[in-house]
Amino acid sequence: MSRLTDAHVTLAKEIIGRYPRPKSALVPLLHLAQEQDGYITRDAMVHIGQLVGVTSAEVYGTATFYEMFKFEPVGKYVVNICGTMSCALMGSEELMHHAEKRLGIKAGGTTADGMFTLEHAECQAACTEAPCLQVNYRYRYRLTPADLDQLIDDLSSERLTHEIPPHGTVAKVRQHIPPHLGVGAVEPELVTESPVWLDSKAAL
Amino acid sequence: MSTTESNIEPASQLDPNVVSMTINGKAVLARKGEWIIAAADRTEDFIPRFCYHPRMESVGVCRQCLVEVEGPRGPMMVVSCMTPVAQGQVVRTDTDIVKRAQEGMIELLLANHPLDCPVCDKGGECPLQDQAFSHGPGESRYIEEKRHYEKPIPISGLVFLDRERCILCDRCTRFADEVAGDPLITFIHRGNNTQVMTFPDEPFASYFSGNTVQICPVGALTAEPYRFKARPWDLQQQESTCTTCSVGCRTVVQSSRNEILRYQGVDSDPVNWGWLCDRGRFNFQSTNSQNRLATPLIKSDDGLKPASWTAALDETARALRHAQPGSIAILGGARGTNEDAWAWAQLADVLGVEMRDAQLDDGLPAEIFGYPGATIDDACSAATVILLAPDLKEELPVLYLRLRGAAEKKKIRIIEIATHDSGLTRYAWKSIMHEPGNQVQTVQDVLSAPEIKEQLGRGRVVLVAGRSNLAELAHNTMAAVDSIVTTVAQVSVLPVLRRGNVRGALSLGLAPRASNDAAAILEAAANGKIDCLILLGADPLSDVPDADLARRGVAGARFIIAIDTFLTNSSAHADIVLPAAAYGEKDGTTTNLEGRVTDVVQSITPHATSRPDWMMAAELATLLGNDLGILTLQDIQARISQTVVGFDGLSVSVAVRKNGVLISVPPVSPLQVHHEAVTKRNSYEYRLVVARKLYDEAVATAMSQSLSALATGAGVYVHPLDLERIGAKDGSSVRISSTGRSVVLPVYASMSVTRGTAFAPFNQKGVDIRELLQATDGVTDVQIANIS
Repeated sequence: MSRLTDAHVTLAKEIIGRYPRPKSALVPLLHLAQEQDGYITRDAMVHIGQLVGVTSAEVYGTATFYEMFKFEPVGKYVVNICGTMSCALMGSEELMHHAEKRLGIKAGGTTADGMFTLEHAECQAACTEAPCLQVNYRYRYRLTPADLDQLIDDLSSERLTHEIPPHGTVAKVRQHIPPHLGVGAVEPELVTESPVWLDSKAAL
Repeated sequence: MSTTESNIEPASQLDPNVVSMTINGKAVLARKGEWIIAAADRTEDFIPRFCYHPRMESVGVCRQCLVEVEGPRGPMMVVSCMTPVAQGQVVRTDTDIVKRAQEGMIELLLANHPLDCPVCDKGGECPLQDQAFSHGPGESRYIEEKRHYEKPIPISGLVFLDRERCILCDRCTRFADEVAGDPLITFIHRGNNTQVMTFPDEPFASYFSGNTVQICPVGALTAEPYRFKARPWDLQQQESTCTTCSVGCRTVVQSSRNEILRYQGVDSDPVNWGWLCDRGRFNFQSTNSQNRLATPLIKSDDGLKPASWTAALDETARALRHAQPGSIAILGGARGTNEDAWAWAQLADVLGVEMRDAQLDDGLPAEIFGYPGATIDDACSAATVILLAPDLKEELPVLYLRLRGAAEKKKIRIIEIATHDSGLTRYAWKSIMHEPGNQVQTVQDVLSAPEIKEQLGRGRVVLVAGRSNLAELAHNTMAAVDSIVTTVAQVSVLPVLRRGNVRGALSLGLAPRASNDAAAILEAAANGKIDCLILLGADPLSDVPDADLARRGVAGARFIIAIDTFLTNSSAHADIVLPAAAYGEKDGTTTNLEGRVTDVVQSITPHATSRPDWMMAAELATLLGNDLGILTLQDIQARISQTVVGFDGLSVSVAVRKNGVLISVPPVSPLQVHHEAVTKRNSYEYRLVVARKLYDEAVATAMSQSLSALATGAGVYVHPLDLERIGAKDGSSVRISSTGRSVVLPVYASMSVTRGTAFAPFNQKGVDIRELLQATDGVTDVQIANIS
């Protein structure tokens, strides 16, 4: 249970500054919290509410709308095996059974060592590459049970850390917008000039 | 159809804001921007609905109000709660296709509904149940297992949530966000898993939570005090007015077997818009309390003993007869009806009582009514509202709702001048914090600022004025009020009053005369000048800010006659206690802060032998040989309308039973306000602010089981930096001392307290902050020392 760290609060303020209204930064800040702890803690939701000026209940309501925000601890690697039509036809059920046996957990569960969470997923829009799965939302295509074993071995021995960061990390490269390019926290109805991004487009 | 259209064309041409349309072939005139469903309500073409509520924004989520509107490509299905009326629009609510759509919606809503109507509190008054009968298909094709959730879970101490019954209409969550400004409940998850929920372990602690129960169109939200108490068809109901505070919200009092079981808000357009605060809604429990006074009590050697009414009234009359001329005083009268106040004022006249005050040194002087008056609607439609008042969310919650709503919709701009942050601070255009005692200087500074001047010139200004700090003289506020009224053009005043009928009592003869206010009366009593002190529903030992003065006054009065519903701190010291009928047990009228007279209605017989205050006054007058000539309530009302200026013709008016009638107020002589400079600070480095919270030790709250636990308890609040300066921890004990007096209280950090001041809630359980207050002090400065 932890609030955002001081470094993340600084970052959170920068993110909030990009939006005309503080509460618009809610979802990016939830990603930040998930990156920090691997899932979204209650304290983080309270903290985010304070940062953007909404109640904890409003943060909770928004956060729970999204399947990809987790509210209980999950493994370092969240494995989503697609079970929708194309993948199902191409053997995703066998893949899931194999994964369950290999990891010793049922879909939805997390291994005791906290490394893997196994989830059943709906279509991941890679039907031509069926059966597919995602590890921390990074794709793996046309998997056989043997490929899956290899993947789990690689992940367990941290051989893929360059490619697949721990659960919660959205991107390895953090976006920074210099303050002069941000629109700033100005109430939309008070804005009389065109936003900066529109002006710069016009110049192109 | 063409003939009806030609009939209404002229009207719509006259007023550009009126459109003519037809609903089911009937010609209708509607206001531009109005929704179809609102227009259809006027033509009595009832369209079924769940999410639509006329006092909230439309969201169109329940899809029950589908109707057909003619379009270029033929009839089109639209939700009537989100489709505005238009010129020449042709609406049909009765076609087969509409019927089929509405039946389909009901079938879908019922698919997951548990249909546990026989054990549901809503059964019998349930829009889902009613509309399933009137607009439903009569049977369901859904045979699968329904969705299951844990059956009712408490989302606060007052409200239970049953998610199985919920149809996700968004009424409660919209109310919490849009109307109350407390978005503590929200939709969580999505799709089939959507449910209404609070944040984990953070209850729906809103002062207005009871309204969500009232507007819930199913039995998903139920109120703890009413759960399994009655079936709607067994309830008797009377429309009445809430007298908990001076807003005077219209309510319906529902009772069964001579017991009040529930209050519901009634939509009164000029006052409460259907809303109630939880204190007003749930304090009916005190009326049913076992602690109510049952018989008169007479003091004997071993305490107060029950007596007959004959003996008690004889004894009272004897005491009044033997009192020295000019040594009788009356305190209180603001908790009763207009008729009660008038009758006691008549008795006071008969006895030659000069010393009377309906307030307990905790309000503003009656001269506040001498300024041009404003109504709640005036305040909500003014260009600018100046707040020089206590926290309205704590004291007059429904007035807070109205002003908050107006500010949120950017209809008004609020300029707040206060000693600490209030519920309205975040909605204020400008919020100026000042040190207690400095309001006059602050007001003058504020009024001379160019930006404020410009704003004040933009149209009508309403000053909402009340006693915001009980640790300083009312005089400070009156001087600031006077300063605003004499400087600002187009200003009118909406007085903030504490008790239900302060305005009525003051207007009907219980206003102090020649500066003999409550403080002066108690001082006279303390000096042995009062032979007979009549406490008319007044509890000076709990309510007068200066605790020492109240104690000395009550101890010094030779004979005390208390008229009350409970044995309070003060009435326990009385020589005679007469049990009074409570709210809901008597008929009459009441006057709210605007001067609006509405009726209060008897729903149940008075508890045990208790009776209305006016009857006691009439009987006492007769015993004293001065028959007032009143036998019935109607006699009093006739006399009031004949003799009291401003109240003429009110008693018989039907309007009193609806939105009420405003009394006309004759201007009183201008105030003589002399502002005294506030004494310089000495070593007492914190200036004290004492104000009320919604839940305190007030008898109707403390005697209502569901409300009594909600009070915060005694304590003192300072700014976090000041807490550091004191060297205390949050929650640890500190000694607070003013000159010669001190109390020990827990201290808490609060960002809403201005630095250099200390805030203490009034009348809370625990050590009494009033020990530090002196009625004669302009302000109260204290030292705070860490003792832990």
